[in-house]
Amino acid sequence: MEAPGLQIDPAKCTGCSLCVKACPFGALTLEPREKFDLPESRFKRIAVVNEACTLCGACVPTCAFDALALDEIERLGDERIEDYRGVWVFAEQRDGQIQDVVYELLSRGRQLADERQTELAAVLISGDLTEPPAALGAWGADRVYWARDPRLAEYNTDYYTQIMSDLIRAHKPEVVLAGATSIGRAFIPRVAVRVRTGLTADCTSLDMDVEQGLLLQTRPAFGGNIMATIICPHHRPQMATVRHKVLAKRQLETGLEAEVVPVAADLQPSLTKILEVVHELGNQVNLAEADIIVSGGRGLGAPAHFDLLRELARELGAAVGASRAAVDAGWIPAYHQVGQTGKTVCPKLYVACGISGAIQHLAGMSSSGMIVAINKDANAPIFDVADIGIVGDVFEVVPQLIRALRER
Amino acid sequence: MHIIVCLKQVPDTNDVRIDPETNTLIREGVASIMNPFDENALEAALAIKDAQGATVTAISMGPPQAGDMLREAIARGADNVYLVSDRAFAGSDTLATSYALAKAIRTLPAADLVLFGKQAIDGDTAQVGPGVAELLGLPIITYVRKVTVQDQQLEVERAFEDGFERMSVPLPAVLTVLKETNVPRMASLRGRMKAKKVEVPVLKAADIEAESHHVGLTGSPTQVIRIFTPPKKQGGVTLDGSHGQEAAQQAVALLRERKVI
Amino acid sequence: MAVTEIDYGLNEMQLEIREMVRNFAQERVLPVRAELDEKEEFPTEILRELGRMDLMGLYIPEAYGGSMTDSMLDFIVAIEELSKVCCGVSVSYAANALGADPILLGGSEEQKKKFLPPLASGEKWGAFALTEPNAGSDAGGIQTTAVKRGDHYVLNGTKQWITNGGEADIYTVLAVTDRKRGARGISCFIVEKGTPGFSFGKKENKLGIRASATRELIFEDCAVPAENLLGREGMGFLLAMKTFDVSRPGIAAQGVGLAQGALDAAVIYAKQRIQFGRPVIANQGLQWMLADMATKVETARALLYGVCRTLDAGAKDMSKFSAMCKLYATDVAMQVTTDAVQVFGGYGFMREYPVEKMMRDAKILQIYEGTNQIQREVIGLSLVKEYASRM
Repeated sequence: MEAPGLQIDPAKCTGCSLCVKACPFGALTLEPREKFDLPESRFKRIAVVNEACTLCGACVPTCAFDALALDEIERLGDERIEDYRGVWVFAEQRDGQIQDVVYELLSRGRQLADERQTELAAVLISGDLTEPPAALGAWGADRVYWARDPRLAEYNTDYYTQIMSDLIRAHKPEVVLAGATSIGRAFIPRVAVRVRTGLTADCTSLDMDVEQGLLLQTRPAFGGNIMATIICPHHRPQMATVRHKVLAKRQLETGLEAEVVPVAADLQPSLTKILEVVHELGNQVNLAEADIIVSGGRGLGAPAHFDLLRELARELGAAVGASRAAVDAGWIPAYHQVGQTGKTVCPKLYVACGISGAIQHLAGMSSSGMIVAINKDANAPIFDVADIGIVGDVFEVVPQLIRALRER
Repeated sequence: MHIIVCLKQVPDTNDVRIDPETNTLIREGVASIMNPFDENALEAALAIKDAQGATVTAISMGPPQAGDMLREAIARGADNVYLVSDRAFAGSDTLATSYALAKAIRTLPAADLVLFGKQAIDGDTAQVGPGVAELLGLPIITYVRKVTVQDQQLEVERAFEDGFERMSVPLPAVLTVLKETNVPRMASLRGRMKAKKVEVPVLKAADIEAESHHVGLTGSPTQVIRIFTPPKKQGGVTLDGSHGQEAAQQAVALLRERKVI
Repeated sequence: MAVTEIDYGLNEMQLEIREMVRNFAQERVLPVRAELDEKEEFPTEILRELGRMDLMGLYIPEAYGGSMTDSMLDFIVAIEELSKVCCGVSVSYAANALGADPILLGGSEEQKKKFLPPLASGEKWGAFALTEPNAGSDAGGIQTTAVKRGDHYVLNGTKQWITNGGEADIYTVLAVTDRKRGARGISCFIVEKGTPGFSFGKKENKLGIRASATRELIFEDCAVPAENLLGREGMGFLLAMKTFDVSRPGIAAQGVGLAQGALDAAVIYAKQRIQFGRPVIANQGLQWMLADMATKVETARALLYGVCRTLDAGAKDMSKFSAMCKLYATDVAMQVTTDAVQVFGGYGFMREYPVEKMMRDAKILQIYEGTNQIQREVIGLSLVKEYASRM
């Protein structure tokens, strides 16, 4: 009847099956009471938990008889979950400029904070800035914690981890969100371990169970073939990194100002040193930021044929991507690769040319706003995710697309 | 120099298919492979070993089958392997996994360098490398695309969305590496014949002094409460491109209509 | 589950080699084969990696740094697997053995100890130089001369169409030491790249196996140390013939692999290609064609493996059977690749699809290492001798 972690009280269980239906994992079943050595009861059956149980607790509130209880899992030392209040957003800046994903996070964070009737704060770690931090108020931030120091002008994992962890310990936010960027995904995991809480990477949607204050964090897994909703029930803060371009931006009112709280940066010396910063790639290949991407795959047949895609990309103002097949064939450098072993992108428009749509590729682009696929093989899996599928030869269709775009 | 490489065995996502009836993953018959990014981490370690000499130890946390992957590491040139495996670890999330790996690393001879792949292709979290670094109290550089070692000092290129930083860090340190770092070697014939005979040593929870409340489900703050297949795209339009011009014009008209361009 | 392959009794090592080379060919050769073919680019990096994988010494005994167990099948399965994907690569690989075979067969212990280990490790590459403008099938017509001067032989002459020419480091070269004795006056020398007087001429532009290097070797008063003579003076022709006995199965392995690669491509395509509303493989006429192709490939393989096993058992005069497997497997390769192009129809004729390259590559297999006409001569002559005593 019980697994480590979930207790089912035989004196209270009526075998009503409510919990069985509530379990997302099929971990609860009803068994005849006589199978177990139990005191007499007027009920014939009892709920039993098996190994599939993840201790998610979904069953506990469904029981009308209070027969279910989760073991008290190690909590937060002396602190209580209720002590944690407020939604935080890591306000990532690069070269003094707030990154776009921050506005998306603040927009969603404002809604989550409103639902929980709490505050929204931004954490800004920077040197000099192009815009005053108070301007984040226009995006819903009530407050900005600002750690400002010339040493923070360039990203440093040690400094960032230290500042964020110290702030979390001092102010106890309930939720901490960051962009799933190369910076966010580099130091946020370290912060989560330092403050000993859970972290969900690369979320594509966030919801709030308002009563329990649980952040429902949904992310793709298995290369985007399945989605998983993840919670962090017994630890705080609830931390998540979120993909760029999946949340909508909503500016409240320009001119709204957030309260700026300076954070004294008492930095421990860092062992890592930056020797040189090189900006090598123009917008041509900054796939993560691109609004439109034109990608080529095995169907292109030869490296020279990427020129055709480059021409289409110029016409659309797009970046050029590629499937693994094209990269492995040496037709185009690896930093163009979209997919599971390449980059995950989420542009408004993705044009897949001669790409069959292997799962490994779909994983990297299927959340794009709109997908156009051009392929000879009508059965290619890319057409399953395409909004506009063109069954035909890339070498015939693409030049015509370029022509059609030039008309008008 | 002692280099520890952390490897994960993952299902080959190239083989994964969706059952169109039930809309669920078909995992049957899907081969298990070494996580592709971890192959780059192993290669980085072996390249350092080739260039200047090093002992390379590969470790993996996972079920007993992951032993095959560790034998592959031996075949490619790793000197030692350990499988961190215990029923108590089942259900570990990234925090509990980081804890177990960090504990295992502490029981091995002190490492000068700990290497991870950028992320695993089944979970895509990229959290275990930084987590282990934190628990070991070591500096970490993530998303590394080039590694050189000189006099107890690492020089690396750390990739960003639009460029890279050349960075240095003294050993010991932790790195997570990208695919661009190298091309993983294939195992040699002698390596493979040798690896066939290797018994992979297993480190259980007790061997690494892992405390039970830090591993497995109890040690994992996050819980999966729902798994579902993303809704299929509805309302896709298919155009016949056998006469390129017509289809192209229709497509462009649609894009303009929906204000995508 | 139906049986998909005949059990030829390959040992554990051979199965391991087969799997390794199969993976290697898929991962490293397949992605670049079209480009190597198009640009006539020598597969330098591929051969280097094969060396690092201990696969360059599969025909060399362990005593000389190789990893051959006791069977030439170790090497044959490797050639077959490479050839499934690219014969340009497989010939560059196999030609190392052709260069080394005269040393293995006729070299002194010192010569073997000196020259074989670097070939086995892949640190150095080998080539065999017999053919000249006037000496192809008629190996006795060699014009290159070697004249003894003190402790050296001085070579003069030109070799043509030498596989791995310019790329290899160690060459086994046939030259006339005594014109009067005809074929018995030919000797075989080891000549290292870089020897003064040894240079390379033009590289050929070819129909097929374009990744391989086929080049002229030029000897102008090239002084080769006398200790580089293999065996004794006059043994060269015999050494060349013995070399062919063990090398011809290698060409047969190319034929079997190439034909298998073309068959695989044809069946897969025939299943995918829809015409008249159904896959073309649903047509019985096409199925029969594929059935004949498959049967030919398997008979060629069975003959080849049988010949290898007989050679492994220490058979001495195997010319007839070596010729037979080379003749049969390469004719099969030509037929099957041609049929594969037919199965692909118009697409088969296009560079975008792999089978036209396979068909181009197949042609040379019927020509080099003795044209298939010469193979028939060898077989015929053996029959005459064999039946002479039965009258």
